[in-house]
Amino acid sequence: MPTPLAARKVSHHFGSVVALDDVSIDVPAGRSVALVGESGSGKTTLLRCFNRLVEPQRGEILVGDKDVRTQPAVLLRRGIGYVQQHGGLLPHWRVLRNVALVPMLQEMPDPTDAALQALELVGLSPSGFAHRFPHELSGGQRQRVALARSIAAKPGVILLDEPFGALDAISRADLQESFDAMRRDLSVTTLLVTHDLAEAGRLADEIVVMRAGRVEQNGTMRTLISAPATEYVARLIERARAGLEALSL
Amino acid sequence: MKRSRLFVVLNLVVAVSLGAQPDAARQDDRPVVVASKPFGESYLLCEMFAQLLESRGMTVERRPGLGATEIAFGALRTGAIDVYPEYTGTGLIAILHDSLPDSVLADPRAVFAHVAKRFAEEFQVRWLPPLGFQNTYAIAVTRTTANKYRLRTLSDLARESPHLTAGFTADFIGRNDGLVGLSRVYGLHPRAVRPLAPAVKYQALASGAVDVIDGYSTDGLLARYDLVTLVDDRHFFPPYEAAALVTERLQSQIPAAIATLSLLSGRLDENTMRRLNRRVEVDREDVRTVAADELKILGLVGGAQVVATTSRPGRSGFGRYLWDRRANLAALTLRHLLLVGLALLAAVLVAVPLGLFLERTRRLAEPTIGALGVLQTIPSIALLAFMIPFLGVGVTPALVALWLYALYPIARGTYTGVRDADPDAVAAAEALGTTPVQRLLWVRLPLAAPVIMAGVRTAAVITVGAATLAAFIGAGGLGEPIVAGLALADTRMILSGALPAAALALAVDGVLALVERMVAPAHRRRASSVQERPTG
Repeated sequence: MPTPLAARKVSHHFGSVVALDDVSIDVPAGRSVALVGESGSGKTTLLRCFNRLVEPQRGEILVGDKDVRTQPAVLLRRGIGYVQQHGGLLPHWRVLRNVALVPMLQEMPDPTDAALQALELVGLSPSGFAHRFPHELSGGQRQRVALARSIAAKPGVILLDEPFGALDAISRADLQESFDAMRRDLSVTTLLVTHDLAEAGRLADEIVVMRAGRVEQNGTMRTLISAPATEYVARLIERARAGLEALSL
Repeated sequence: MKRSRLFVVLNLVVAVSLGAQPDAARQDDRPVVVASKPFGESYLLCEMFAQLLESRGMTVERRPGLGATEIAFGALRTGAIDVYPEYTGTGLIAILHDSLPDSVLADPRAVFAHVAKRFAEEFQVRWLPPLGFQNTYAIAVTRTTANKYRLRTLSDLARESPHLTAGFTADFIGRNDGLVGLSRVYGLHPRAVRPLAPAVKYQALASGAVDVIDGYSTDGLLARYDLVTLVDDRHFFPPYEAAALVTERLQSQIPAAIATLSLLSGRLDENTMRRLNRRVEVDREDVRTVAADELKILGLVGGAQVVATTSRPGRSGFGRYLWDRRANLAALTLRHLLLVGLALLAAVLVAVPLGLFLERTRRLAEPTIGALGVLQTIPSIALLAFMIPFLGVGVTPALVALWLYALYPIARGTYTGVRDADPDAVAAAEALGTTPVQRLLWVRLPLAAPVIMAGVRTAAVITVGAATLAAFIGAGGLGEPIVAGLALADTRMILSGALPAAALALAVDGVLALVERMVAPAHRRRASSVQERPTG
């Protein structure tokens, strides 16, 4: 069952640098929300608050309507899928063992079986890939494995930090497509960090535009386009559109 | 001094495994441990002591070539050895740091009596009656230099010293009855002072690399190179009467040994000694042969058992030389390996956890590893010498020194290996809910293993090399023939230790290279069998 997420008046700073300034967002259960913004906007910091990789100095983070601080970080993380830009597969473990990591940590009855199912879900045939090492895969295949690893234990929520950012355009589009299909099938809550507005539009029900640690605007793609709340959002949309028009010429 | 328990345990392990038990008291059949300092005459006297004792049915363990005075005397005081030849002047100045009025210094008997009395009182060490010759320092120059600067006395030398380069043994440079005192009494200030190994100083003088050296008055090489010995016109050097220095313990445990060694008292005069030294140092005869011959001539050992195994050097190939000594070399190699193995094992047990700890507390990492690195810069022989007041001589200080040398590469390898292990993988493992211990055991250590092993390999090769110096403090190993060869200026003897040591270093490196491949993380192992080949 999908897990809702929420941040309530969250603030955090690294030294003198303000990363999050009174941020509140809601991700309803089963929905997909994208955090969009440039480097330093605080989007990754906010994402990392949900699995306690960052402990914000003020405010409240809720996962499944419970304050994250009410349970140990290690147990919390095992219940949350996580994908990072450079997959972070363990290079000395074969694909199957990598994917079985969280089921094993959760002491599920059959971690191998869970891993095989996850591989199928992300479109990698177990017979072809289960016994390979990560360095024997392409970049796109590696991110697929990372995706499989994040869902193998059937979490209620997945956090994705620029998951497709390092891929070439074609692998990227393929992967976006399978990811979108997969998250709908699983009806899992997803929170996605990306700097690419088009990707956000494709994969998210709702978009949170962040800038300098604050939420600039929050709404569907349609709302953002029809009624940009600030100059910055308008420029962001303008730039994304210019990119598309350059292609259609 | 209180020894750490670990070292005592290690020492026991080694002592038992090597069968060397210097502290095994109250055993009637325990060997008499006979030692020498690292120069030819000392070796020869040591061998004469040993053969004489053996001829009277006693078992002997030889520990020739102990470091220099402090090391040999340290060994005697701690009971690691029972007897070695020493000189009264050295005892007076270098050990007692004593001075006597000139009237007493002029009388060798009076000096002997004084030194013997103080040694018995302060160190429970006994001087047997003198052997019959003096071996004083002989400050020597070539005849050409003597003529050119009109040098006859040490005062002449002091006058001309700003134009001259000195090549002195390290022992002499540091001693009060050496250069320090000469500078004070004569105002000797050479243009430069080069520390030289005893083995090379005569060649250095003959080749003109240095102008003046310290020799011994009984050196066989003085005559060979036609050198001029300068007269000590201010009577700076005290008498240096040679005698056997023995422990009280030997007297109480094996009185027969004392009686036997005393047979040599008064039997060796200066001419005899010069002749014997010449046979060893110039004619390159085997110390054992020379010692045996002389004991026969003196009528102390029957003529029946002459050492026949020794071939005249120069007559047969180096291979033959090694082959003749194979049993001894094998034993030395084994002991060497044991020293290295134990030191390395102890270093891994300490340095790997240390590296892991430092990775958790990064602030301490660089200062700590830096401090271990500084240890590397201490010359092995100096480090070994530092140990003596705390750990005596023999295996224990050698192990501690080798252990200290091995710490740095292993700690550095562990620290950097674990710190730099695939940051993405470590971050992902953390985000997915692994505990720090799981990350260490499943991710960081396996990925760091090759780097850690590379550190161990480096440490092993360093240790194999450094262990050759352990012979200076009587820990044995392949350094033994090296030290002896240096003392006797015998290249073949040096090589008979140096070549096996080099081979051992290569072998150890090779074996550890295999281990390194075995511990490589799975994905590397496969790749390396196809593409990469180890280049080390």
